[in-house]
Amino acid sequence: MTLWLMAGLLFTPLAWAVLTLLMNFAWGRLVTWGGIVVQVLVSLGLWLIVSRDGGFYYGLGGWQAPLGIELRVDGLAVTFVLLTAVVASACGLHAGVYIDPDKPWHRYFWPLFWFLWAGLNAVWLGGDLFNLYVGLELISLSAVGLVALGGKAGALRASIRYLLAALLGSLAYLLGVALIYGQFGTLSIAGVVFRLEEHAVPAGSGLALALMVTGLALKTALFPLHRWLPPAHGIAKSPVSALLSALVVKASFYIAARLWLELGEPLGSLAAAQLVGLLGSAAVVWGSWLACRQLELKQVVAYSSVAQIGYLFLLFPLTYSVSESVSLQAQQGVTLQVISHALAKAAMFLAAGNLILATGSARVDALTGVSRFLPFSLFSFGLAGVSLMSLPPSGGFAAKWLLLQASLGSGQWWWLLVLLAGGLLSAAYVFRIYRASFLESLETDEFYHPPRSLEVIPMVLALMAIGLGLVSAEVLSVMALPFEEEGSP
Amino acid sequence: MTASLLYSLAGAMLCGIGLFGLLWLSHLLRKLLAFNIMGSGVFLVMVGLPQHQGGPDPVPQALVLTGIVVAIAATALAVVLIRRYYHLSGMTSLEGERASREGGPE
Repeated sequence: MTLWLMAGLLFTPLAWAVLTLLMNFAWGRLVTWGGIVVQVLVSLGLWLIVSRDGGFYYGLGGWQAPLGIELRVDGLAVTFVLLTAVVASACGLHAGVYIDPDKPWHRYFWPLFWFLWAGLNAVWLGGDLFNLYVGLELISLSAVGLVALGGKAGALRASIRYLLAALLGSLAYLLGVALIYGQFGTLSIAGVVFRLEEHAVPAGSGLALALMVTGLALKTALFPLHRWLPPAHGIAKSPVSALLSALVVKASFYIAARLWLELGEPLGSLAAAQLVGLLGSAAVVWGSWLACRQLELKQVVAYSSVAQIGYLFLLFPLTYSVSESVSLQAQQGVTLQVISHALAKAAMFLAAGNLILATGSARVDALTGVSRFLPFSLFSFGLAGVSLMSLPPSGGFAAKWLLLQASLGSGQWWWLLVLLAGGLLSAAYVFRIYRASFLESLETDEFYHPPRSLEVIPMVLALMAIGLGLVSAEVLSVMALPFEEEGSP
Repeated sequence: MTASLLYSLAGAMLCGIGLFGLLWLSHLLRKLLAFNIMGSGVFLVMVGLPQHQGGPDPVPQALVLTGIVVAIAATALAVVLIRRYYHLSGMTSLEGERASREGGPE
C-alpha cells in the first residue's frame, strides 16, 4: 500500500508535467483535473497511514541511503504534503478558469504547475541535503517560469530578478552542503546529527550552517533580502501569486527550520539566533508598513507576505537553548503559522485576482463601489485578512498565541511587541482595502462579473484558514507522532 | 598545504569572484556568467574538499554531475528570459536605463 502511495505521490506530478507539455490549454486543464484527484487521494492516504502508524524512512526504488534517495516520511512532512495538495488543487482549479486559454504561451502553465508540485513534494519528504537542493531548484525554476508567463517586459524583469536571487540563494546553500560533506562525510541530516553526538564539533562547521541558512533566507525573502519578492508576486497572474506566496517560500523556510532544529544547538550561537529573530521582526514591521503604503492591490498582498514570513523566523530564537516544552510550543506555533498563512494568503491572492478581473484595474483606488457588486469575493478577502490579523478563532490566532506563550516561557518578552505591532499593522492594511471598496463614486460603475466558480474557491480556502484555529490540536497531534528510527544511517 | 585544501581555497576564491560579479555588474549576461563562475567554485569545493581514505571521494563527483545539469538548466532558462526581455524592452540590465545597449542586435 505504502509503495503505491509513495509512487503515486512522486510519480504523478512528473508524469502529468510531461503529459500536459504535449497538449493545448483546454486539454491540459482536463488532464490536470484527473491529476488533481489522484494527488489529493494519494496525499490523504499517506496522511492517514502516518497518523495511524507513525513516520518512517523510505528508500526510493528499494535503494538505501548512500546510493539511493532516502525519503523521510514523518507527521510534519505529510501534513505539508496534504497542505500542498489542498492549496495547489485550489490554485489549479482557479487557474483553469482564470487564465486566458487563447494566448498560445499559456498552455505552458500546466507543465510548470506540475513540476512545481513535484518539487514541493520532494522538499517536504527529502531526507538528505543534496536532494533537498535538487527539489529547491526544481521549485525555483518552475516558479520563475510561471512568473514569466505574464509575457510583458515587466513580468520578465520581475522573473529575471527572481531567478538571480533564487540562484544566488541556491549556490550559498550548496556551498554549505559541500562544507558539511567535507567535514562529516555524509549528506543525510540524521547522519550529521549522529556524528555530532559521537565526536566534538569540528572548527568552522558553524560557517556551513550560516551559509545554508543565509541562502535559504534569501530564497524565503527574509528582510533585508526581500526585495525580489513583491515585484514577482505582484506581477504574476493571481493563481501563480497564490502558489508562490502560499507554498514556494515555505519550501526554503522548511529546510532552514529543519536544519536549525537538528543542527542549531551544536553549530549555532545565541547571537545568530537573536539576529535572525531580529531580522524577522524587522520584516514584520517594515513589510506591514510598506503594505499600508502600496497603490496596487496585489502589491499590498505581496508586502503582507514579506511581513508574515517574518513571523516564521521567530522560530530561531525561540528554540535555541530553551526548555523542551517552550521549544515545542514555538515549533507548533510556527507550523500553524505556515499552514494558516498558506491558506489565508492563497485565498487573498485569488480573491484579489477576482477583484482585479471585475474592476479591470490593479489599483487600490479602482475598487470604489466594488463592495455592492462583488461582496462574495470581498468577503473571502476579509476572512483571509482576519486570519492574517490573527483574531480568534482563526488559525493565525492559534499560531500567534503559541508563539506568544513561547516568548513568555523563554523570558524573551521583546518578541511580544513584534506580535502585537504586526497584528495592528495588518489590520491597518486590510481595512484600507475595505475602505476603498466601500467608497461610492458619482460615475456609473462598469464591472465585469467573474464566473461563480472563481468566487467559490477563495471562499473555501478562507473558511479553512479560519477553521484551522478550531482543529489546531488535531493538526498538531499528527506532528508529535512517534518516528521509527530504523533505516536512518 | 595539501591538495584538498588547495582545491577548496581556489573554489572559495572563484565563489568570491562570482559573488562580486553577480552583485556588482549590471549587464544581465555578465551577471549570468558570474553565476556560472560562482557555481564552478562551489563544485570545486565540493569535489576537492572531501577525502576518502587518502584519495578522492566518488560520491561528490556524482553529486557535482547532477549539480552541473541543474546549473545548465538554470543558465538556459536565464538566457531565454534575458533574450526575450531584451527584445521586448531593448534593455540589457534591470536598472531601467536604455543606455546599456552594447553588444546586442539592433
